[in-house]
Amino acid sequence: MTTHTVAPAQDTPTTGPARGVRRTRRRPTLTVYTWLVLAWLLLPIAVMILFGFNDTHSKVNFTWQGFTLTWYRHLFAIPNLTSALVNSLTVALVVTVVATLLGTPIGLALGRHRFRGRGSVDLLLFAAIAAPEIALGAALLSLFIVLGVPRGYWTVVIAHVAFCIPYVAITVRARMAGHDPTLEEAARDLGAGPWTAFRLVTLPMLLPGVASGALLCFALSIDDYVITSFNAGRTVTFPLWVYSASRTGVPPQVNVMGTLIFVGGLVIAGANVLFSRRRAA
Amino acid sequence: MERAVRTDLPVLTRRRRRPGPVLAPYLLVLPGWLWLAAFFVTPVIVMVSLSLQTGDFIDGFRQTFHFRTYADVVETYHVQLVRSLVYGAAATTACALVGYPVAYWIAFRAGRHKSVFLFLLLLPFFVSFVIRTQSWNVVLADNGVVLGPLKHLGVLPADFHVLATPYAVIGGLTYNFLPFMVLPVYVALERVDAKVIEAATDLYASRAGTFWRVVLPLSLPGVFAGVLLTFVPASADYVNAGILGGPSTTMVGNIIQTEYFTNLNYPAAAALSFVLMGALLLAVFTYARALGTDDVLEAAAR
Repeated sequence: MTTHTVAPAQDTPTTGPARGVRRTRRRPTLTVYTWLVLAWLLLPIAVMILFGFNDTHSKVNFTWQGFTLTWYRHLFAIPNLTSALVNSLTVALVVTVVATLLGTPIGLALGRHRFRGRGSVDLLLFAAIAAPEIALGAALLSLFIVLGVPRGYWTVVIAHVAFCIPYVAITVRARMAGHDPTLEEAARDLGAGPWTAFRLVTLPMLLPGVASGALLCFALSIDDYVITSFNAGRTVTFPLWVYSASRTGVPPQVNVMGTLIFVGGLVIAGANVLFSRRRAA
Repeated sequence: MERAVRTDLPVLTRRRRRPGPVLAPYLLVLPGWLWLAAFFVTPVIVMVSLSLQTGDFIDGFRQTFHFRTYADVVETYHVQLVRSLVYGAAATTACALVGYPVAYWIAFRAGRHKSVFLFLLLLPFFVSFVIRTQSWNVVLADNGVVLGPLKHLGVLPADFHVLATPYAVIGGLTYNFLPFMVLPVYVALERVDAKVIEAATDLYASRAGTFWRVVLPLSLPGVFAGVLLTFVPASADYVNAGILGGPSTTMVGNIIQTEYFTNLNYPAAAALSFVLMGALLLAVFTYARALGTDDVLEAAAR
């Protein structure tokens, strides 16, 4: 790396910048700014966690009344909130399994085969991701209305699988793009059958992509409000419950559940990092 | 460019040597494709057909190819349609202005802590979208933790409020979609070759000159991808308008929901949904055609 002397004297050419970007003057403005934006992003999370400990005496959880652990103890005191959470979790699980099973092969096909109609499959995935959620929800609702299908738990599952498939396919395809096809060929030259070559060479390489696609799916499904609200009928999921409660007052249990889901997500993400570190080592 | 060369050649030569299962890709694609055909393509067609029907909920709807509905909904709801696009554009602009420096800082200044900052950026996604928006309701409440003390001290007049104003809705949209802007911009900045920057400096470009004439143009694909990823969901969103807004900030999404569920006017609701989807998709495809879809899809998959 060259070090010219355009920079003023107080400039310390700090060692080890990841990119070879020359640091002329080190002004803290941008650093402070970035921290402020991050604080802004994290503020609602802090509010959620804090108000889960709020010693409020009514359903209205707007002002700080004091610290309590009551809401952690009475987490499941609101029966329909609990069932909404259960609905969200089970829907997300079913959706993850089905969408991963359907989306992974698409990603695989797009990643390693050239075939007629490849472009149109690509276009379909792109359209499904680019279309506004509300249009997807409204379109499905129209279908169910015209067919006279009552909306409920399973129409939510169907809708979620439809919007999750493209995300899984694209995640897996991205993973395939970095894959060297000659590896599988080498395995076949060494006498492995197509299935063995796939199982021993392609699949292990593919799995992290499948795993992140599945996680993405779970996260998208458990969090979705828009498409769910259009196709849920009388079934209530966690986001739907919170939205309707936002008019009258969100009870602290919602904050507690939100906090627990948050912590659960962090644990999974942490485990993921550790797991991939260990694999890399 | 490089990628095309890399994937094309080996596949072609391999094909010739070993014809292989020609059907394999079709069999792989088929199940998922069928699902998307049944629950994405067909519904859109059905929605269009529903929008061309007339009748009412009690007596039933009949296919009459009544195109007037489109003119009617646009005429009745053009305020909300335009408002949605304006709010979406405002939130997208705000995301770009707020997010670019953050992406820049993480790409060039965060050093080996980059992944930590990216993780902090993604942290909000571990909390439900609706809860996050609802939390702003708590923060910005008329007598809440922020406005309450300020009013008490007389800094703000007692009738000052943020909720139910366009600022609250656009602020909420900006908040919710900011990471969708920062990530693609970060990816683009991260790809900027350090040698190019060095070359600019060697040629006596100033810091600002290097940024405006080298770094910014090279990061524009990321900004374009970010604009797509924020503009579409922000314009079509109705959660922010529903939770943080009021009667004067209603967006087209809220109208579509009301038409479907309260008024049971399915043709109007379907027509309005299709207008929104058509407008946004048209914008997206024009945009993507001009700039390439790969970056967008890649960013979307993150």
